[in-house]
This record gives sequence, structure tokens and C-alpha cells, in this order.
Amino acid sequence: MSGRLANIGGPGFTSFRSRVRDIAETHRSLTIIVAMAIVGLLLPILATVPPFSIFQPQDVWLNGFSNAGVFVLLALGLNIVVGLAGLLDLGYAAFFAIGAYAYAYGASPFSGIHAPFIAMLLIGALVAATFGVLLGAPTLRLRGDYLAIVTLGFGEIVPIVFLNAEKYTEGTNGIGGIYPPDIPFVEFGILNPWPFYGLVIVLVAIVMVFIYRLQESRIGRAWMAIREDELAAASNGLNTVTTKLLAFALGASTAGFAGVFNAAKLTLVSPDQFLSTVSFSILAMVVLGGMGNIWGVALGAFVIYTIQIVLLKQLNAFFGELHVPILQDINFVQYQFLLYGLALVLMMLFRPEGLFPSQRRKRELHAADAGEAEASAVAALDESIT
Amino acid sequence: MTSPRSSTPVAQRRLPFGVRLAIWGVVGILLYYVFLVAAQYFTNPDAPDAFNNSIKTSAQQVSNALVLGAIYALVALGYTMVYGIIELINFAHGDVFMVGAFVSLFFLTNAPAPLDFLGLHLTGSIAEPIVLIIVLIAAFLVAMAFMGLVNVTIERFAYRPLRHAPRVAPLITAIGVSLILQNIMQIIVGTGDRKVPELVPNIKIGFLGADIRLISIVIFLVAIALMTGLQFFVSRTRLGRAMRATAQDQQAAQLMGVDLNLTIAMTFLIGGALAGAAGVFQGQYFGFVRFDLGFNAGLKAFTAAVLGGIGNLTGAAIGGFAIAFIEVFTQAVGQARWSQAIVFVVLIVVLVFRPAGIFGQQIGERA
Repeated sequence: MSGRLANIGGPGFTSFRSRVRDIAETHRSLTIIVAMAIVGLLLPILATVPPFSIFQPQDVWLNGFSNAGVFVLLALGLNIVVGLAGLLDLGYAAFFAIGAYAYAYGASPFSGIHAPFIAMLLIGALVAATFGVLLGAPTLRLRGDYLAIVTLGFGEIVPIVFLNAEKYTEGTNGIGGIYPPDIPFVEFGILNPWPFYGLVIVLVAIVMVFIYRLQESRIGRAWMAIREDELAAASNGLNTVTTKLLAFALGASTAGFAGVFNAAKLTLVSPDQFLSTVSFSILAMVVLGGMGNIWGVALGAFVIYTIQIVLLKQLNAFFGELHVPILQDINFVQYQFLLYGLALVLMMLFRPEGLFPSQRRKRELHAADAGEAEASAVAALDESIT
Repeated sequence: MTSPRSSTPVAQRRLPFGVRLAIWGVVGILLYYVFLVAAQYFTNPDAPDAFNNSIKTSAQQVSNALVLGAIYALVALGYTMVYGIIELINFAHGDVFMVGAFVSLFFLTNAPAPLDFLGLHLTGSIAEPIVLIIVLIAAFLVAMAFMGLVNVTIERFAYRPLRHAPRVAPLITAIGVSLILQNIMQIIVGTGDRKVPELVPNIKIGFLGADIRLISIVIFLVAIALMTGLQFFVSRTRLGRAMRATAQDQQAAQLMGVDLNLTIAMTFLIGGALAGAAGVFQGQYFGFVRFDLGFNAGLKAFTAAVLGGIGNLTGAAIGGFAIAFIEVFTQAVGQARWSQAIVFVVLIVVLVFRPAGIFGQQIGERA
């Protein structure tokens, strides 16, 4: 490895790189913060440079990045459940909705309360986590697959409840006029995308550090042990139910966190923002990005969201303006979920570790291939004997 | 995957299982009827003629519930068979049902030229009884065969390569397949309701003051016939025995000479065919299909399968009717918009208190 690097950059460069790597290895939380700061500074600059500046002005890009940040948060949270603990949550948008409605009750003219934003971030996360525990406690005692179907059902029901309980949620119209974040010295408004952009960068950095530290802790190792072999983990003295429940609740609380930010940004919550399609999008982001790898998941979410919101829409306008014969009639946005479905199947079949894999998950997911090779070797042996 | 035939000496003195089931079924339906009458009467006791009205509408609702139950039961059988044999929640199964409904629609309205002699390209009912029966049977066969093959294809390409992968992997492909089926249909037919020609003439049969549609009787009888056939297949044939063996222990079954791939493919074939039949029911009874029909139907059918004890065929069938009864009850008391939520609560309650399902321990052999 070092030899190859020496050829590229010369001896001085190698020592610089290895020193940077050493620092990054020993101060990983700091690395995440620095990396997020760099990303946060680079993105606005990128938006002003072609080819990105052709699509839309910088303000629109920044607004899109803030929305993408919400999905990065969601993907990071779902990654705890699916990527680290190996549980399948198909109704993740429900916790997003719960966080958002929690903020709507805490800071809107509808309820007449105006709680501070930072407090509401924690409360939203807490409320979502509570629902996660309530849902997970009975289900996680059972086989892992049941969680998938129960969360799928939960993801369906939560919007229905918000829709039907008109007395408390204003039904389809949703709760409007929600107060934007009230952070001292910063003015949050619809016209200026910068504060929201800055805020989402900070939130993503916080959540990333938090998840990273969890992942490298005793709890994180316990999650991975359960994911790899639940029976072995249990026989080594792990309380699998509590550990899984913790993963589920933390995943839910991250979604609640994201929900609070989203509600404060849009100043409106309505049931149709949280349909099951949102859950499937987030799942596709986690799977594509690389289950279990924080950076992979974050990048996956960011890229997919940007493609979905910017490129697919712009492609329509682009081909429509140029009057390209067949392509102008295709509504690319319509194909979005078809593409997600294909991506989920193809990724699982051919690259289950995702585009940006975590080493450990990769080994684990390819263990099956190794097992198969072994089996075919045994079969060959059998044939040679008979 | 269990045979309800029990060979213990005690059981031999009882009536045959099918007869007992039929008796309990009739008792259950009657109790449900009385319950509905009471529920409707007490929802609005002051309305003029409340009691007679509730008797009338309840009979109507029981027939609705039985048709709906037949649909859920057939879809639930597909879930429970697949789960029983490879322990996978086949999320795409609800969408297989939906595609089945569209296949019957395409067959009835745009059948290919060689079938012109049947006089298809239909828009309404068929008065001639013999033609009606032939077209109905053809519609069932086409939908069942096509959906069986689709289901086998799904298994071959999306699930078989992942048979030894971590458990979460095939679940994710199942969700992917579900999204693919749903969106392909959406692209082909659009987002609105598509009208299906209702073949059976709208003949009504008076019963307890209600008008029961002829089609609902046809559907109920066909569903019972299919379920009996399945029960026979699973308990009496060689392949059925292979399926039960595979469900109990894949490796041991393989050592005994069971062709694993063939058996699993057969399971998907039968499950898909039953879902296709349920799709025909949907079109013929409700007169419409929509691309997103499969999602809710799938969720309810899965709940039915869990309710009956997953892996248990009889349980899934009974569970399907039970879910339909609950759903129609919420409609009867004017709370239809909550039916989805109530079904979900039922799922949670069953999982908490009886994870093996209501019938899981009584007839089931699987833990």
C-alpha cells in the first residue's frame, strides 16, 4: 500500500498523507466535523459552477441541499436499524411524521404554544423514540421478519390517523403556520435559504458523530453481533431484545429529529408528506449507499435525493424544450419508484454491500458465496467418489 | 404447511375435518350475522324501522364479507405457503394479486385475435349461460396460469439467488419486486380506476330480505373449491408431501430425495395462481381495478395469515374471512375509514398475545 502511494506522490507526500491518516484515525469524531464543514463550504460553491449552475440558481440549489439534508438524517437513522442491527423497518416515515407533528403541536398557532426549537428537537426525538419502543417492544421479541410487516402496517396507519383525526390534526389540510426555528442571532425566512442550509449541516454533523460513537461502542458491537448471528450473540450473554429495541428506538428518534427540522422548514405538516413511498425511498438510499457505512449512507441519500428532485425534473424540462422525439414524452419522475425497485433488487443480487460498503458488512454479505463455493466443492468431491 | 388429518385414535371417532370446519363455518357466519344486526341496530336505534333495516342490510353485508374474505383468504394462502416453506414474507404477493386482476381485465377486453370466436372484447355481462361459464373458466385459467408463472419467475430471479444470504436481503428484494410490479402497472394503465366488465348478469336472489348478487355466490363457491383442492393437493399428493417435508426441514427433505428447487417453485406457482384467481374475483365483484390495490390487500392478507398461524393453510383461510368480517363490521357501523387501522391493531394484538396465531397450536405442527 505504502509503496504504491510513494510512486504517486513522492516520499514527502506519503508522509503527509500518512500523518493526516493518523490524525483522522485517532480523532474520528473531529474528522467527521471537519469533513462536514468542508462539505458544507464546498456545496454552495459547486452550485455556482457549471454544469450545476445551468440547472438552477444557487438559492434553489441551497434549498434543495437543505431538503437533501433531511433525507441524509433519515437515511442515517434508518441505517442504525437496517444497517447496524440488521432489522428491516418499512414504515420509517411514520416516525418522521411523529417528529414533525410533535413540532407542529409544540410551535404553531394551532396549539397556541411556542416552545423553543432546540428543546423541540429533543422532544420530537423523544416522542418518536417512545412510539418506537411501544411498537418495537411487542414485536422484537418475535422473529425479525415480523418487525418488517408491523412497521409496514405502522407506516400506513400513522398518516391515516393524522388524516382521520381531523379534530386534532386538521385532516388533509394539515397544520399550517408553524413557527420557523428560533435560534438567537439567526433570522430564518423563506426567502433566505442560507440559515436552513447551515442548520442542516450542523444537525447532520451532530447526528453523524453521535451514530459514529455509538457504532464504535459496546452497543454498536452488540448490534453488529446480533446482525451477524443472533443466536451466537444471545449465547454470549447479550440481551438481544433490549439491544434491538435500543437500535429501533434510536432509529426512530433520528427520524423524529429530522421531522422537527422538516416541519420547521416547511412551516406545514400534512399527512401526504409521510406516505409509505417516503419509507421506501429512504430504504433505497440506505441500500444503495451501503448498509452499515455512515459515509456511504449519507452520500447515497444525498445523491439519490438530488437526482430525484433536480435531475429527473430537469430532464423533463430539458427534453421538452429541445423537442427530442421520444424522450420528451417520457415523464421521468413517474419512473422514480420503478427505478428504486430495480435498484433494490439488483443491488441485493449483485452488490449487497452497497455502492460505498463498510468492510465488515461486505465480508458478511459475501459469506454466503463462500459457503456456496464450499458446497459446490463438496458436490464435486461426491461426484468424483461415485 | 400442515395436514389437518390427524391420525391419533381420538380424532378418528370425530367427524371428518372438512365437515367439522363447515359446521363451525356456518355457526360462525350466523353468529356474525346476529352480531352485525345488533351492532347496526344499536348504532342508530331511533331511526324509523331500525330493526328491520338492520336485518336487511346485515344479510347484504354478510355476503359482502364472504366475498371479501374469499379474496383475502386466497391471497393469504400464498403468503402462508411461501412463509411456511422458505420463511420469507413475500411483500410482492399483494401486487401479484393486483396484476392478476389486470390480466383478467386485459383478457376480457383485449383478448388476442385467435380467441375472437369466444366473442371477447367485452363491455358488459353475458346472458347466454354456456358462453358465460366458458368465458369465466377461461378468465380464471388465464389469470391463474399467468400469475403462477409470474410468481415462479419472481422466485427464480429475486429470491432463489439469495436463499443463503442474510435474512434481510430477500426481504429487501421482495419490497423491490413489489415496487417494480406496482409501477410497471401504473405506467401501463395509469393511476385511475379501470373498469372491468362484470360477466355475470346482475341477478339478485332474495335472502332474509336482502338481495344477494349471483356473482357473490359464484365467487364463494369457486373459492371454497380452490381451497379444498389445495388442501387435497398438499395432504394427498407426492408434491404436496414434498412441500410439507421441505417446510419442516429443508435439509432433511433434500436428503430424502425432494427436489428443493422444484418444490419451492411449485409453492410459488400455486400461490401465484391463487392470487390470480383472487384478482379475477376483485374485478368481477367490485367492477374495477387500480394499480395500488395490491398494497392494502397484501397487508390485510398477511395479517390474515398471521392471525391463522403462519404456515397453516386452514388457518390462513379462516384468518382471511375473519379479517373481512372485521373490515365489513367497521363499514357497517359507519367507520370504514378506520378499517385499515383496526386491522393493523388486530395484527399487533395477535403478535403480542398469540404469536403462533389463533389456530397455530391447535392444528399446526410447526413451531
